[in-house]
Amino acid sequence: MEFFRIRQDINFMKRAAIFNGISLVVFLLAVLFLITRGLHLGVEFTGGTVMELSYGQTADLDKVRTTLEKIGLPDATVQSFGSSQTALVRLPARQEVTGAQMSEKVMGALRGDDPSVQLLRVDFVGSQVGKELVENGAIAILLVSVGIVLYLWLRFEWKFGIAAIIANLHDVVIILGFFAFFQWEFSLPVLAAVLAVLGYSVNESVVVFDRIRENVRKMRKAALPEVINNAITRTMSRTIITHGCTQLMVTSILIFGGEALHYFALALTIGILFGIYSSVLVASPLLIYLRVSREDLIKPDKPKQEAVV
Amino acid sequence: MNRYPLWLNLFIAIVLLGGLVYALPNFFGESPAVQISATKPTAKIDDSLRTRTEEALKHASLPFEESFLSETSVKVRFKDTDTQLKARDVIEKELGQGYIVALNLLSNSPRWLAAIGAKPMYLGLDLRGGVHFLLQVDMKGAITKALDSSAAGIRSTLRGEDEARAAGIAREGQTVVLRFKEISNRAKAQRIVERSYPDLALQEEERGGEYVLVGTLKPDAQKRIQEFAIQQNLTTLRNRVNELGVAEPIVQQSGGDRIVVQLPGVQDTAKAKDILGRTATLEVRMVDEEHSDPATLMAATQGQVPFGSELLFERSGQPVMLKKQVVLTGDRINDAQPGFDGQTGEPAVHINLDGTGARIFQQLTRENVGKRMAMVLSEKNKSEVVTAPVIRQEIGGGRVQISGRMSVAEAKDIALLLRAGALAAPMEIVEERTVGPSLGADNIRRGFHATWIGFTAIALFMIVYYNLFGVISVIALAVNLMLLVALLSMLQATLTLPGIAAIALTLGMAIDANVLINERVREELRGGITPQAAIAAGYERAWATILDSNITTLIAGIVLLWLGSGPVRGFAVVHCLGILTSMFSAVVVSRAVVNLIFGSRKRLERLPIGNVQWNNKTPSPA
Repeated sequence: MEFFRIRQDINFMKRAAIFNGISLVVFLLAVLFLITRGLHLGVEFTGGTVMELSYGQTADLDKVRTTLEKIGLPDATVQSFGSSQTALVRLPARQEVTGAQMSEKVMGALRGDDPSVQLLRVDFVGSQVGKELVENGAIAILLVSVGIVLYLWLRFEWKFGIAAIIANLHDVVIILGFFAFFQWEFSLPVLAAVLAVLGYSVNESVVVFDRIRENVRKMRKAALPEVINNAITRTMSRTIITHGCTQLMVTSILIFGGEALHYFALALTIGILFGIYSSVLVASPLLIYLRVSREDLIKPDKPKQEAVV
Repeated sequence: MNRYPLWLNLFIAIVLLGGLVYALPNFFGESPAVQISATKPTAKIDDSLRTRTEEALKHASLPFEESFLSETSVKVRFKDTDTQLKARDVIEKELGQGYIVALNLLSNSPRWLAAIGAKPMYLGLDLRGGVHFLLQVDMKGAITKALDSSAAGIRSTLRGEDEARAAGIAREGQTVVLRFKEISNRAKAQRIVERSYPDLALQEEERGGEYVLVGTLKPDAQKRIQEFAIQQNLTTLRNRVNELGVAEPIVQQSGGDRIVVQLPGVQDTAKAKDILGRTATLEVRMVDEEHSDPATLMAATQGQVPFGSELLFERSGQPVMLKKQVVLTGDRINDAQPGFDGQTGEPAVHINLDGTGARIFQQLTRENVGKRMAMVLSEKNKSEVVTAPVIRQEIGGGRVQISGRMSVAEAKDIALLLRAGALAAPMEIVEERTVGPSLGADNIRRGFHATWIGFTAIALFMIVYYNLFGVISVIALAVNLMLLVALLSMLQATLTLPGIAAIALTLGMAIDANVLINERVREELRGGITPQAAIAAGYERAWATILDSNITTLIAGIVLLWLGSGPVRGFAVVHCLGILTSMFSAVVVSRAVVNLIFGSRKRLERLPIGNVQWNNKTPSPA
């Protein structure tokens, strides 16, 4: 079996302007949604309490809301979670009560309504801890970006590092844009997924870059766009198959992994799809704009680097 | 040409065997057990304890599977949780004080596996259920308390010195303020305080005609006090957790001023919160005898409390008027045990004070014979008088007995509170995660399901697309999974739900290496070289790319490991380890298999790697 029997190089660079236009529009839309709607941050980041409750029968969410209002928690949000028998209660952080007391209070009141209610899970995060997690998250994205640029600089050339990181941060912004647009909950596992995507989709750029470098040596007469076209065409088979396999696994998590991993898998899915697109069709044109030259790649003192696909 | 040297084949075989052995314990499951450990050094964990436990169980006709002795505990394994629960009650009754009898789950893996240190993976709280707390220690509170006790100390030191008489000594904010009528008194007092309280930096001031000394804590003293506060609170929390009877609790410092408490498998989370969340501190204060007549007490209950005093209540509801001044704080208590009064036979609590505490207590009792002192337990917003005994005589040596008006059970409670109830600084829960055991089991099931289905899907695709080389890739992927599980078991790294997701994701990403290799081998074949050469070239050339792409992923993983907390750290650990195992299995192991199959064949016509022929059109030079 063989999916790709492309012999003629596809002229990706001819349409670079179109691809970059699409990228720019999607990117700007993502930024727009991030600004206007903002991220729906999970309780880990905002501080507050989340309780997952299980009832013997279909949970009466309205009744839960009224009960919570009665005990002085009108700002609680109640929704079903996974199944109709499970209710998720979110409470904003409060100065005067700690999470421990809060959940006891809520459980006491709800047990009065329906003794069958069971507490499956409580997450409480103080607002100070939340702030630290936001800071740590931002620092993590920054450090990963810097680390990747440095590595690619060492391995290739600084222009490659810059091109790869722009392409991949563009993915990150687009993932965040999706989360802002749909108001999906941005939690710690989602942040982990975003960082994993950042590391993962750089792979793609690395494979294409490796091939570009190899081609620069082999295709002495070709211009840079031709070299890039050939590199992308020849790596396409591997790109689609690899990402297809990863996506098989991620889809499996999305479908069978349960509610707790839902948004994690969703972030990975978006990341993988845009990762393919951006590392191939965003990073490579950027190389042209950055005026990568033959001399940047062929340095006499460097040992010969081999690449694959 | 495609043969590994013997040593490399042997090395691979050893790694695979080791991986298998260390992954094995995860497949045996767990059975309910009771774990007995000691709270006091006097309680011995030995064979006689084990026999005693067995006798008690036999006597109660409760069947058990086996019992065995480990370094710090005796463990008894049962068939079902019902027997386990009954057995705990029986053993608790038999052994009495000094032992913790906790419910636990024990791996069913054979003894020889345990003997070589092969254990199942350590499951995080989100998988096995339990409680996680992050407690913030109030450092300002620790300083305040230290200053309070310094103020009390200075007061008692200066009392004996006529020429250093102070008009007032009190803590004001983060300082201790000493006021004097005469400048000479201040000079004398300054010398005394400087000598006996080297932690204080003193500054002279004049305020409204009075001569004032303002004492602040020196920076190094502040640091020491804060470190001590954390240590003291850790000890206190450990004591409290011990009282809960949890099999494998974790109580440890996290960062400069935080403490993590994890109680796996705790079902009664309300009780755990109640005991841990209790931010109790203990104080000894004098009863204000002048204002203790029934009329004043009555007026005080209606809100007219005399200046300098405070109205508190005993457990029985009896009002007690106390002086606000704190004489002694709970951190001076070394130990407290329940017992009986040697003369009257009444239940009593025996307290052992430290050196400073003993000195202060001796002075206090000498000057106040016949008067009442009170032990006050303060929780977050309320204070309660635990006991308010009459001082019968001067008490030296730091051995104090509290007796009268308490039952045996109360004596036990008070001893526990005195022993474990003293926190050096108040604490607050800043993070809490509670996961019910059913949700934990659900999480494991779902995570396992997702991984398994994803793995099968990838395996099917690879075999269809790459034929025998696809099978080899799947073998490599399975080896990767086994090595990852073995490594996680060996390191006893905490596996969380995001960790399981990371296992799945790692497998999904690891296949990349095999795709790279297979594609490259196909390409080499297309180029017209012999199959044997194509294998060698394919593997060799794929290596550089595999290394590159794994290192960028590893960078992200390491940063997450460094900055992440809780479940995300679990994700990062698996992610990083998975990258390492996948490089080994995808490249070294799969090559070994390829070598075994094809390496010795002299005449190899074609490779079963799927289609390599492009016959439909005329090829163009690439």
